[in-house]
Amino acid sequence: MSAVDSPADVPPGSSPATGATASGAVASSAVASGAFPGGTVSPGTVRRRGWRSGRTGRARFFRSELRLVFGRRRNQAGMAALAAVPVIIAVALRVTDGPTEAGRDPGFFSAISGNGFFVALAALGAELGLFLPIAVAAIAGDSIAGEANSGTLRYLLTVPVGRTRLLAVKYAAIVVFVATVTLLVAAIGLLAGLALFGGGPVTLLSGVQVSLAEGLLRLLGVCAYLTVGLCALGAVGLFVSTLTEQPMGATIATTMLAVTSFVLDSIPQLDWLHPYLLTHHWQAFVELLRDPVAFDALRPGLLSAAGYAVVFLSAAWARFGGRDVTS
Amino acid sequence: MPEVAVRSTGLSKRFGRQVAVDAVDLAVPRGAVYGFLGPNGSGKTTTIRMLLGLVRPTSGGHALLGRAMPDGAAEVLPRIGALVEGPAFHPYLSGADNLRRLDAADRTADPRSSAARIGAALDRVGLTAAAGKRYRAYSLGMRQRLALAAALLVPRDLLILDEPTNGLDPQGTREVRALVGALAAEGVTVLLSTHLLAEVEQVCTDVGVMHRGRLVAQASLAELRAAAAPRARVSTGRPAMAAQVLRELGLAEVAESSGEASAALGAVPPEKVVAALVHAAVPVRGFAVDAPDLEELFVSLTGEGFDVSG
Repeated sequence: MSAVDSPADVPPGSSPATGATASGAVASSAVASGAFPGGTVSPGTVRRRGWRSGRTGRARFFRSELRLVFGRRRNQAGMAALAAVPVIIAVALRVTDGPTEAGRDPGFFSAISGNGFFVALAALGAELGLFLPIAVAAIAGDSIAGEANSGTLRYLLTVPVGRTRLLAVKYAAIVVFVATVTLLVAAIGLLAGLALFGGGPVTLLSGVQVSLAEGLLRLLGVCAYLTVGLCALGAVGLFVSTLTEQPMGATIATTMLAVTSFVLDSIPQLDWLHPYLLTHHWQAFVELLRDPVAFDALRPGLLSAAGYAVVFLSAAWARFGGRDVTS
Repeated sequence: MPEVAVRSTGLSKRFGRQVAVDAVDLAVPRGAVYGFLGPNGSGKTTTIRMLLGLVRPTSGGHALLGRAMPDGAAEVLPRIGALVEGPAFHPYLSGADNLRRLDAADRTADPRSSAARIGAALDRVGLTAAAGKRYRAYSLGMRQRLALAAALLVPRDLLILDEPTNGLDPQGTREVRALVGALAAEGVTVLLSTHLLAEVEQVCTDVGVMHRGRLVAQASLAELRAAAAPRARVSTGRPAMAAQVLRELGLAEVAESSGEASAALGAVPPEKVVAALVHAAVPVRGFAVDAPDLEELFVSLTGEGFDVSG
């Protein structure tokens, strides 16, 4: 600390990257590093100021966010639970040997004994009622509130991560998570179904038979449609997450909003309200299993989801942009 | 590069009806180690949060490294390392992974040197051995060190450290103070908040004193020490006579009251004053040299001790 040669003309990092500056920083920090035992290198000596690449920077933070979401044990356990449902469905139907409740639309369960392909659709349909919304609510509710709760939010913001950028990265990670779990349920359902019941040409709801390959393509379409719908719920969850420092509270509130939407959707007297409900159009994914595909029937769901996403992402931005971060 | 690293004018924050920070005019000279001193609850952390753009001021403004905030945040914050109200990291990630995440979030950091910089930062705070351990298993001292490592991930022009020695054992405290000294020697400006006067006396060149949301004093330590110069105090029945002697000796700031005369001692040796008084036949009842230490000075500014919650 006392023997630094020329600290005054080498403010580390304050001047453009030149060889002289870099070596000056090395020299001064090497002298000064006795502060902690074993310290020999200044943390910044290898950094070159002036390096700028917003694009790579954003991708790095986004990748870090994905690692955070998918690396967390709680989330891995949740994904395992989601993946277990199609296996349970397939095994249960295999053990009980055939359906008893035939003719129920969309009738995926009754079709399973004939073709394992339908396990994927049955599982998606079943999990859409609660499990998938809970998973989305858990991730979205945790997004901002979790960082606020652990205090990491203040450190991210002072890095700095702009608040708009943080919301964008958080939402992008939610979208990736939603797509992943939807595909995961479909893929596990497909594997379990094909293993236990075998595959073959797929008989669509309209009675037309298509190849298994086309069936898979339509299954991908179903996943995409459900991803869009669930991402709207993710936007709601992101907004709720900006309101609190309690991630659990945000998750529960988001789940309750989804469940309330289901309940309202099941009350016939409220049919005027149904088209505007967040979850109303989700079951329309079955339209992808008609021939030809009823794209007109998918449009309201996509528009509704886009509307919800725009409104709640804007609300999240407005709320979070000016909020005092005191956690 | 401006001569003032941190400047605020009339910076104020009201939470509801409570005024947390009241018209604070900070001026942290470039290259200084500025001790931001005040009892707990005096508004230091709220001020720091406002400086970093986490909390929006109710009124007033500030500039960091010559750039007005919050407009200059994206440009100026990468040059600032901060420790705000204790360490905070993801508990289920290792120390190194937590730093990796913060580095990834920094758009201005070069990803190619990321691993080397993280290793060097951990090394500098003595955490290399615990780098792979989960954060939740860290002791408070290790957590504090990790937060310091995060502040040192890239070269900084300004460090804003809120109570950096909190929770550290005496050895860790010494190491952090030495680190702050080393960084200052490299030319980094440091704003260090603390409620420990000893910390200010040991590492700071400048000091600002917060009390109940107001900045009640701000000066370089040298100026304060001069203000705290020793005074000679004479108890006597003839204060006017004593004051005359003190004046003749060339002492400044001569004051007299009933039963006492006093003056700033300056460079005059006390024994010479006593001899002069006796020589002039002043009836001296008592003679004392009062050298108020910084603590007395600060207590007189804030009206209370420093470990007391305000």
